[in-house]
Amino acid sequence: MKVSVYRYNPETDNEPYMQEFEIEPRQGMMLRDALLAVQDQDESFTFRHSCGEGVCGSDGVNVNGSNKLACITPMSELKEPVEVRPFPGRPVIRDLVVDMSQFYAQYKQVDPWLIRKEPMPEQEILQSPEDRDKLDGLYECIMCGCCSTSCPSFWWNPDKFLGPQALLSACRFLADSRDQAKEERLDNLEGPYKLFRCHTIMNCVESCPKNLNPTKAIGHIKAIMLKDAI
Amino acid sequence: MALDKQRFDTLILGAGGAGLNAALQLANANLKVAVVSKVFPTRSHTVAAQGGVNAALANVLPDNWHWHMFDTVKGSDYLGDQDAIEYMCREAIPTVYELEHNGVPFSRLPNGKIYQRAFGGQSQNFGGDQAARTCAAADRTGHAILHTLYQQNIRAKTHFYDEYFAVDLIKDEEGVVLGALVLNIATGEPLLIESKTTLLATGGCGQVFRTTSNAHINTGDGMAMALRAGLPLMDMEFFQFHPTGIAGKGMLITEGVRGEGGYLINKDGERFMEKYAPNAKDLASRDVVARSIVTEVREGRGCGPDGDHVMLKVDHLGEDVIAKRLPGIRESSKIFAGVDPVQDPIPVFPTAHYVMGGIPTDRFGRVMPTASDDGDPLPGLYAAGECACASVHGANRLGGNSLLDILVFGRLAGHNIIEYVKQNSAHRPLSDDSVAQSVDRLERWDVKGEGITVSELRKEFRKTMEDHAGVFRVEDMMADGVEKVKAIRDKLKDVRLTDHSATFNTNRTEALELENLIDVGLSIAVSALHRKESRGAHSRPDFPKREDGEWMKHTLYWKEGDKLEYKGVRSQPLTVESFPPKERVY
Repeated sequence: MKVSVYRYNPETDNEPYMQEFEIEPRQGMMLRDALLAVQDQDESFTFRHSCGEGVCGSDGVNVNGSNKLACITPMSELKEPVEVRPFPGRPVIRDLVVDMSQFYAQYKQVDPWLIRKEPMPEQEILQSPEDRDKLDGLYECIMCGCCSTSCPSFWWNPDKFLGPQALLSACRFLADSRDQAKEERLDNLEGPYKLFRCHTIMNCVESCPKNLNPTKAIGHIKAIMLKDAI
Repeated sequence: MALDKQRFDTLILGAGGAGLNAALQLANANLKVAVVSKVFPTRSHTVAAQGGVNAALANVLPDNWHWHMFDTVKGSDYLGDQDAIEYMCREAIPTVYELEHNGVPFSRLPNGKIYQRAFGGQSQNFGGDQAARTCAAADRTGHAILHTLYQQNIRAKTHFYDEYFAVDLIKDEEGVVLGALVLNIATGEPLLIESKTTLLATGGCGQVFRTTSNAHINTGDGMAMALRAGLPLMDMEFFQFHPTGIAGKGMLITEGVRGEGGYLINKDGERFMEKYAPNAKDLASRDVVARSIVTEVREGRGCGPDGDHVMLKVDHLGEDVIAKRLPGIRESSKIFAGVDPVQDPIPVFPTAHYVMGGIPTDRFGRVMPTASDDGDPLPGLYAAGECACASVHGANRLGGNSLLDILVFGRLAGHNIIEYVKQNSAHRPLSDDSVAQSVDRLERWDVKGEGITVSELRKEFRKTMEDHAGVFRVEDMMADGVEKVKAIRDKLKDVRLTDHSATFNTNRTEALELENLIDVGLSIAVSALHRKESRGAHSRPDFPKREDGEWMKHTLYWKEGDKLEYKGVRSQPLTVESFPPKERVY
């Protein structure tokens, strides 16, 4: 089958181009396997990957127009010709490898760690199973970037709008019954951009390989803000 | 070559659980700490750990650290050092509480405490009823822990070098480690990081085998760096094959599946573990279950058209339990095996999973450079996690003790480094000569021309390791394997890159990784060939018994001359009585 991949090496190419490879399909082949088959033919073809099972979040790419995690995307589900490009809206370092520093910077903006003000107990901080359930759908994020780099609001304002990934993380701590910094977290999200640039386009939901719902998380944060304002 | 230099109190190589837990202690103590990782930290392989971390919290069933210690010593087939094991099992409890305080989203019990599940090789009261000792965040415990530790390191302002590849340790004439030469993967620029102390926390080397649960990045980099620095690797013949990898693919299906009540069946639908381990059955130790599966397949009771795997039955647990406790497994099974475990069993076969051996350390994480038991540790060099061997796993690691090992010894190494830096506050002088060898290693790959490709030789190597150092090992097969791997090592000089770009050159990093893999692979093959007994994961049909008289000792392998030495097991615990070797039955 034919796979067409985005090529750009800043040392040798004036501009990017698409290059087509013929690869041998096999039963159960994932997109990552196909990219490795391309690399077998041309060692200079570059992309990130590691765990091969959808937990490390290294190999997010844009395939046939959608952001996906290559290692858990079956080739059988992709229409030919398969076109693989780097994430949209991010500076390309080389081939499919993009510079994600802005994405990581936005994550850090939301103070993504548990904040406790009371002294710690000797044993665990207690949490009911019902309260723990509130973290489901939030804590599983693997930071692959599929969501934020498919979000038009993030494309236009990557430095001001925090993007779906960072906001999902913000919600993860707001939803944690153990966290004691709700006020600060909400204050930190005030203003026209950080949170409120989300226009519920929902590309993030569509693209999340872990089936998480950042739009819902953003809505949840807005609801908490509204409730607190009344 | 003019090199950029940076100076830190501590350099940590690797950003998995061990590296990040060490970094957190150091950053919290206001030391200047650099963490170098060849991938963004949350992509480290700790993220893939599923089942959980052992600690005798007694949240579900009665438990105490002493029982945990007994199980670990027995699981190790009496090759583990009992002082280190006692320390780990005691420290497990505060370590898990600290993780929880840092924010790990553990699953919970109705009373609000941390959820604990049953895992293999666990018992109450020194070999009695099954215990429930594994603290879990659904079946994504590693992910939950790694992300939490990274988050806390952001708060503590740890300095990260993301996507930097560590080339080699830098030593002075006295053998003291002064830091490392690292390579910025994105730009291809080398950087010299000088440090008063260095912690190797580079993880495992599962990529030496063709079928593995390990990630592409698990190439034994730190172990190979230690070998090149003239240090030994200990007990490398003990490699764990996890019983339940997805058949033909190798992705992990956690032992937690059996802990929750799943069990293995052969083609006749027989629950075969009852034959091999009448008491513990499917929750026998991993080496026992892996051998039983391979035996079933070899004796013609395997499933599938080629009879090359067995089945893991889960559907009887019901959709609710599966959705709540094993959601990740359900997802993986659907994607990679095409089955939904709610309805159908999962096809499984053992997969290369974990190396019990590694860089020898004492129980403070300090690297021990000689076979002498009371020799001095190497000043300023530490190792923790899978790349290290404090010898808590001996010949076979228990499930749930791996996350524990990395967290306890990462944390402990951090504490010891703080003390060391207090007493050794100056940087030692570093000469250009000491850097030359590492620069050579890098520049060797600039040689152009025709040659073997990296991927060709890597394929040959990984297949050879699988064929000659797998679950069952006999003399001729292994001797043949050692010769083949040596020949592969010789072929390295004929490997050429086709890509010589500076920018994000994965062809180059993979070449450096292949060198590491081959060095580590040979340590496994040579150590295995010479151990003429069966113990834990090292199973020799030609020497089927454990021989405590001759072989209750650790293997040390040096790269130079492929030399081996041995040193005694530390059977004396810190405060309790020693557990003497007994026949190991489950």
